[in-house]
Amino acid sequence: MAAIATTSTMPKPEATTRQPCEHCGLPSPVGESFCCNGCATAYEAIRACGLDQYYALKERLDDDRLPAESQSGTFAELDDATFLERHASPMPEGRMRVEVDVQGGHCAACLWLLERRPTVVDGLRSVELDLARRTASVVWNPGETKLSAVARAFARFGYPPHPVEPSAARDARRLEDRAYLIRIGVAAACAGNVMLLAFALYSGHFDAIAEPYRSAFRYLSAAIGLLALLWPGRVFINGAVASLRTRTWHLDTPIALALVAGTIAGMITVALDTGEIYFDSITMLIFLLLIGRWLQMRQQRRATDAIELLFSVTPRRVTLIEDGEPTEAAIDAVKAGDLVEVAPQQCVPVDGTIEEGSTHIDSAVLTGESRPIGAAEGDAVAAGALNLSSTIRIRVAATGRETRVGRLMADIERLSMSRTPVIGSADKLARPFVLGVIVLSALCFLIRLPAGLNAAFESTVAMLIVCCPCAVALATPLATSMAIGRLAARGTLIKGGDTFETLAKHPTVVLDKTGTITQGQFALRDWIGDESLKPIVAAMERGVQHPIARALADSSETRGEVESIEHHAGLGVTAIHGGISVAAGSKGLMTSRGIDVPEWAAKSAAHARSSGQTAILVAKADRVEAVAVLGDAPREDARASIAELRDVGWSPRVLSGDDPQTVSAIADAVGIDLAEGGALPEDKRDQIDRLNAQGPTVMVGDGVNDAAALASATVGVAVSGGAEASMTAADVYLGRPGLAPLVDLARTSRGTISRIRLCLGLAVSYNLTAATLTLLGLMSPIVAAIIMPASSLTVLAIALGAGKPAARSDTHLPPKEATP
Amino acid sequence: MSVLFIVLPIALVLAAAAVWGFVWMVRSGQCDDLDTPASRVLIDDDA
Repeated sequence: MAAIATTSTMPKPEATTRQPCEHCGLPSPVGESFCCNGCATAYEAIRACGLDQYYALKERLDDDRLPAESQSGTFAELDDATFLERHASPMPEGRMRVEVDVQGGHCAACLWLLERRPTVVDGLRSVELDLARRTASVVWNPGETKLSAVARAFARFGYPPHPVEPSAARDARRLEDRAYLIRIGVAAACAGNVMLLAFALYSGHFDAIAEPYRSAFRYLSAAIGLLALLWPGRVFINGAVASLRTRTWHLDTPIALALVAGTIAGMITVALDTGEIYFDSITMLIFLLLIGRWLQMRQQRRATDAIELLFSVTPRRVTLIEDGEPTEAAIDAVKAGDLVEVAPQQCVPVDGTIEEGSTHIDSAVLTGESRPIGAAEGDAVAAGALNLSSTIRIRVAATGRETRVGRLMADIERLSMSRTPVIGSADKLARPFVLGVIVLSALCFLIRLPAGLNAAFESTVAMLIVCCPCAVALATPLATSMAIGRLAARGTLIKGGDTFETLAKHPTVVLDKTGTITQGQFALRDWIGDESLKPIVAAMERGVQHPIARALADSSETRGEVESIEHHAGLGVTAIHGGISVAAGSKGLMTSRGIDVPEWAAKSAAHARSSGQTAILVAKADRVEAVAVLGDAPREDARASIAELRDVGWSPRVLSGDDPQTVSAIADAVGIDLAEGGALPEDKRDQIDRLNAQGPTVMVGDGVNDAAALASATVGVAVSGGAEASMTAADVYLGRPGLAPLVDLARTSRGTISRIRLCLGLAVSYNLTAATLTLLGLMSPIVAAIIMPASSLTVLAIALGAGKPAARSDTHLPPKEATP
Repeated sequence: MSVLFIVLPIALVLAAAAVWGFVWMVRSGQCDDLDTPASRVLIDDDA
């Protein structure tokens, strides 16, 4: 276990809250779990040795280690009676059960850590984590501990819990899930049993089966077939009826037609003992089609679940002002017309107007603009905004789902529920399919009529069955859910299935600069002049905690002894190397020490500055010998990735809020010619809107200032380490840094879509072949029983490969071979 | 009469029992989470 625990379990705290160090409990930087690398290393080492009991004991002895003022740190709102009444359900023996979201719980080790909690918190009975939905079901004894203490224990391990909104929709979804599983199980049992009987009958076909057995088998098949149609198969009949009622074309129509006609005709055939029966094909159709439906449903489910988590953006606890006295209350207890108080650095919990006080508000979550806006008495504020400067009191206008952010979330939920265009493209096939089936059946009846009414009737039924679009209906949901699952395993999360189709359509990809193309931190970009000074400067800067110093220290191997290092705050460093004084720093440092700055050095420094970079002058003795140019460097894989994106048919361009010269310099360096700098969040959104008019767009960004652009792009892609708002607005989240995951996404989308097209093509040609055979009078239950599963299995085999990692990214390969 | 007419009903009853068992399993919520148990087997019971 310890081996698993070492690497992937660094707890991920919320990006916005300050957590105590996991090891020593001291406050750590915002977004970090540890106060320093030493603590992180110690933590890992202790864990690796399997000695984590240390932390458990530490907590028992020292339960109030967490600083009380941390934003969501106390979880006092969880002990509120109104909250418990709404969210918790009673269990036997006075215990209580509640479901919480645990962000960051994602692997076996997380599971282990969380489910171990009962051994360290008294009164906590059990924890059960659901990895797929990232929720945990917590059972505790209210007599022994409080839920807030349990929550603190969770948070201390880096999994801050959020209560799950108990929604009727969620329960309904669970019941629907179960109903689907039962249908699949029953359909499988029916198909299996009918197939056994069919085998006996087929073998009887060749060496004559004795009469009582033949009849018995046929009656049994009919009975099981009827059961399969009436229980699991009813889904398709309902779907067909609904599509007839709304007069829309849907694949359910030909499916239901085949199932019902096949079953009824089969029962008549059995009763009259006249011709062939197709119950094996029919039951198998029901089984395979249900699997396709279920996969499609699960995939949409995952998207909804992910969005539900977003409701935790608004705080759960509010300070309610009653008769002038502040009291703590759960958000659920607040009604319109109440007065609530919001302290600085807290999230505004409700929509309303400011009644008292004036402050600055950051509404980045809603607007994507991170600049603070002044707000005074009478101004409206929205839930989800951050109160920056001072305490305000707000008269409540709306809470929960009624708020602007609530409606926004509902919108996102609704959008994600809408059918995806790819599934739509299978539906586009529905109309020709229905018409084709009707025409072919009529044709079949007429052609076979000379052979007698019975024969004509029989081949028409056979035609309906072999034309059932089973493989067509399977292809899209199978391939899409496989690809989404595989990408998720590689750290790329996709909210909707329609994303692939857009991504495969040669979109314009708009990249943000900082953090996307570049690393988002200083690095040595250029060294002009005497190279031999580089290692000496690196040695001088070693151990200095300044971004520029660190970049210089990392730029080269250190060489030689440097003595009497002197730091001049804000200017640079001086030292003695081999008896000669060396200085590295700004022009001010050189002037103050009387060092001569030659013209070429001054020129390159000015040039570096004009392109948004920083120049460090390096002097040996009394003359500047080299200029170090530092800047935010492009990621190592950026140039290759951009080339690969071009290969896949994406046209990249850069759109950044940064200085235009810097932006175009970076764009040049990675091989993009379309670059635009100095763009405000609104400009970005407008630019995306303009590009949208020309074709699909993909916006890649990480900042809050990208959120609006991400939301208005056809597909928004948020990059690892980005702000919460950008993740909220994005359709895709890349969990690994760099542009390589983006290339992977592009290739996977293309691969998935081409697989879907191949599947659809194969499926339709199977149906056409079967239809031709029927028209020629060559169809029999055995042929149908071979062709139908063969087509479904082929589609299955092709679709299951969707989303596999693309061939080793080799830019010289033409894209066709590089995609699977 | 052949043994088939005895075996066949027995087979059907067995199949029906299996289906009933499956339905009970799903309804009691054992299939609600299909991903976590796969990881849970990795956890040792000691400590």
